Order: sequence, then C-alpha cells, then structure tokens
Amino acid sequence: MKNKYIIIDSKDNCATALEDIPQNAKINLIDRSIEIHHEIPLGHKFAINHIEKEDYIIKYGEIIGIATEVINEGEWIHTHNITSSYLEVTKDG
Amino acid sequence: MDEGFLGYPRSNGTVGIRNKIVVVSSVVCVNTVVRRVAEKIDNAVAITHPYGCGQRGISFSNTFNILGGLASNPNVYGALVIGLGCENLLSSSLANRIKDSKKPVESFNVQDVQGGTINAIEKGLGICRGLDQEAREIKREFFDFSHLTLGLECGGSDSTSGITANPLVGVVSDKVVSLGGTSILPEFTEWIGTEHLLSRRAINEEVALMIKTPIKDFLERTMERGIDIRGTQPTPGNIAGGLSTIEEKSLGNIAKAGKAPIQGVINYTEKPGGKGLWLMIEPGLDVESVTGLAAAGAQVIIMTTGRGTPFGNPVTPVIKICGNPKTCDYMASNIDVDASRIITNNKSIGDISEILWKMLKDVCNGEQTSAERLGFEEDIGIWRARGL
Repeated sequence: MKNKYIIIDSKDNCATALEDIPQNAKINLIDRSIEIHHEIPLGHKFAINHIEKEDYIIKYGEIIGIATEVINEGEWIHTHNITSSYLEVTKDG
Repeated sequence: MDEGFLGYPRSNGTVGIRNKIVVVSSVVCVNTVVRRVAEKIDNAVAITHPYGCGQRGISFSNTFNILGGLASNPNVYGALVIGLGCENLLSSSLANRIKDSKKPVESFNVQDVQGGTINAIEKGLGICRGLDQEAREIKREFFDFSHLTLGLECGGSDSTSGITANPLVGVVSDKVVSLGGTSILPEFTEWIGTEHLLSRRAINEEVALMIKTPIKDFLERTMERGIDIRGTQPTPGNIAGGLSTIEEKSLGNIAKAGKAPIQGVINYTEKPGGKGLWLMIEPGLDVESVTGLAAAGAQVIIMTTGRGTPFGNPVTPVIKICGNPKTCDYMASNIDVDASRIITNNKSIGDISEILWKMLKDVCNGEQTSAERLGFEEDIGIWRARGL
C-alpha cells in the first residue's frame, strides 16, 4: 500500500503529495477526511486546515511562507497563493 | 542496558569505531608509493591527494588540516606520513600535527631512502606492519554516545530528499544529541533562507550572529557581482517539483539537523568545541564536505541521497540513505537504508528513523557500510577556497 501524502511535523498546516492526487479525491487524515479541490502533483502541497490571508504556512514545524489569499482545506498551496516570509524578514538586512 | 556502542579507546580520550592505519602522502609526487604500501596491509588505507607543493594561504592550510585531521580521527590507530623531500608541505610538520592526537606516528621522505622507491616501499611496509600489530592488541569496549560525533551530509538530492530522508535523519541526529553526543551540519550555502530560523535556535546571541554574519557577507559579495541568490531560489525546476519559497527549499536541507539547539559555528576541518549540534562553514560539495567532517573528528557520517552516490571516506564510514524508489532499485548495492518505503510501503518517518538508528549503532559496532564493502575508501576532496 502506498502513502498518498506526508505531513512532516505535527504543527504543519500543509501536507505534501507522494503521488499525483486527482481533483475531487478524498484524502483520509487521522481524524477526518478532506476533499482535494485541484489536482495536486507529486511533491506539491495542499492545505489540511483553513488558512486565512496573511497566516503563516507551516511545514517542518517552521514558517515556509505567508498566505496571499484565503486558502481552504484541501486546496493546492504554491507560488500563486503564498509568498516568502524570509524575503520580508531580511529586506532591511 | 543504556544506549551505547563498542568502540576502540584512544590515548587522548576519544573513541574509534574503526581501528585503521593510515598512510598519508604529504605531496602528490609520492601518491603511488603510498598506495603500494597501504594495499599490502589489511588494516591500512591510503590518504592521497593532488596537492602539497607550491601551495599558499588557505589552500595550503586546508590541505594541511585535512590531511592532519583525517589522520587524527578517532577511527585511526596510527599513521605513517611519506613525503618526497622538496615540497613545501613537509612530512615532518604533518607528522607533528598528527602527534597532537597522541597517536603513534612515523614519517620519512623518499629522497632520504637509499635505493629509491623499492626500498621506500619496503621501509613503509615495515613501519605499517609494526603499527598493525599494535593496533590488533586494542579491543572494543562499551561507550555511551557522548563519545560519538556524527556528520550530516546530503548530495545528489532530489524532490524526495527534503520530505523523506532528511527529516528522518533529523530524528536520528536529535537522538544522538539527546544521548550526550555531537552532530555537525555542514554546507552553509544551503542554509540561505533559514538564517532567521536557525539563529533562533542558537544557544546565545553570539552564536546567532555567527550564523547570520557569514550568510549576510556571502549574499553581499554575490550581490556586488550582480547576483541576488535569494531571487534565484527556488529554481524553476524546484517550483515545478512543488517547492514554493527559498525557506521551504532550505528547510528541506537543514531538516537533517533535527530540532536541537545550535551550540556554535565552526570552520572547515575544525573540531566542535563541545557536545550537541554544531554548524560548519563550508561550501557544500559532497566529497569536500564529507572529508571536512571526517577531518573535524566525525567517526560516522549519514548521507542522504535521492539520485544515489557511491563514494566513501578513508577513515569515516558513510551511511547512505535514499528516499527515491527508483534509485533504491537501480543503486541498491550503494544504499544502506531504503527510505523510499515511506512512499511505496506506507511507512512513516518514525518507522524508518528506527531502522536508521539501528543501522547507525550496527555501523558503530563494526558492521560495514555499502561503500566499505565495495572498498570505496580513497575518496578525498579538499576545499581550496574558490571565492566564497
């Protein structure tokens, strides 16, 4: 049996696909099942919680970026809806 | 029984997981002499390189410290240094550097042996047979993990490295640190994008600055040449593979170092000044990194590789762990731990980190890595300061 996704740290609000996950697929998390809204290619991320605009995206238990719009549970997370927080932090040296 | 391993006690208080004799060339001109000696002694390994003559500055000191550091590694019982006689990296100076580790060391120059290389090889063999006999009298004893220094490396990375192999190595690194041991994360160019997160893990403000400053200097120097590395990462290929931001990419790399507090930052080949997790400033080329970690005293190295890589090290076993199912199939004889079962076999990071932890202990107790079984042990790279 194959794992469809991996959640690397318990603090994470996103999961990483371990295979191409088709649109409308049902994904079983530990406590509930969620629906995937877009096709998620292998290696790409999807939200496992509702994420507000300007919330942090957490992977590895650390901040990997900031949401530029509301991201719903099961939605694809990528460059179209998050931005680097590092570039903001280091802008002024 | 408490966690620990069976290692060889050394007179300077360190503990080896191997019991090797090293034959070191101080200059490229005598590499073949060195190999002819080492190949005739079971327990001996040749340490050769293309340098040792006409070197100056950091290029010279890195070569000197790599050779001296490798021969001083706890996995080494004793050393023979062979020079030619007219080079600027003197065999006698190198032997003195190794003597600081209280190991038996001998040295001579080929130009000083009547009879040329035929007699020089015989002379070397005589010395090494004596060292080998002494080494065989040392028996393994039980030690706890406070005596272990683990090096963390990745190379030939792919999109599986950051989500499978690297995070589970982080679990094992944290375990070594929690048992009182030491762990070293090299490859500082791969920390870019996480320095604000890494510096928060520093034990004090001084260490935080030691993390931030070299990265800031590096970014400034590259920006003077018109390149903003931060704007080039992640690459288009990374983005196609699913990485969205520079910090996500770098976090995948530094996941190898787990979550332990950072005790300090050391230079290439430098020994950590205490236990716990340390960062090493060096440029991140696989063989140069592994050689630098071994020269800093790491007795064992765990290397993650998505695409597969075969190399080893003369003194320090390198455990290979791979998260890519195709590589684990194609290069099975070069991979020690198959982490691709996280993808193909419903295993978790926790499941495979337990397998890796057992493998680490087995290798400490004497089990050979794939690179050791294949005799891949003469791989040496020396960073020569190419304008970082």
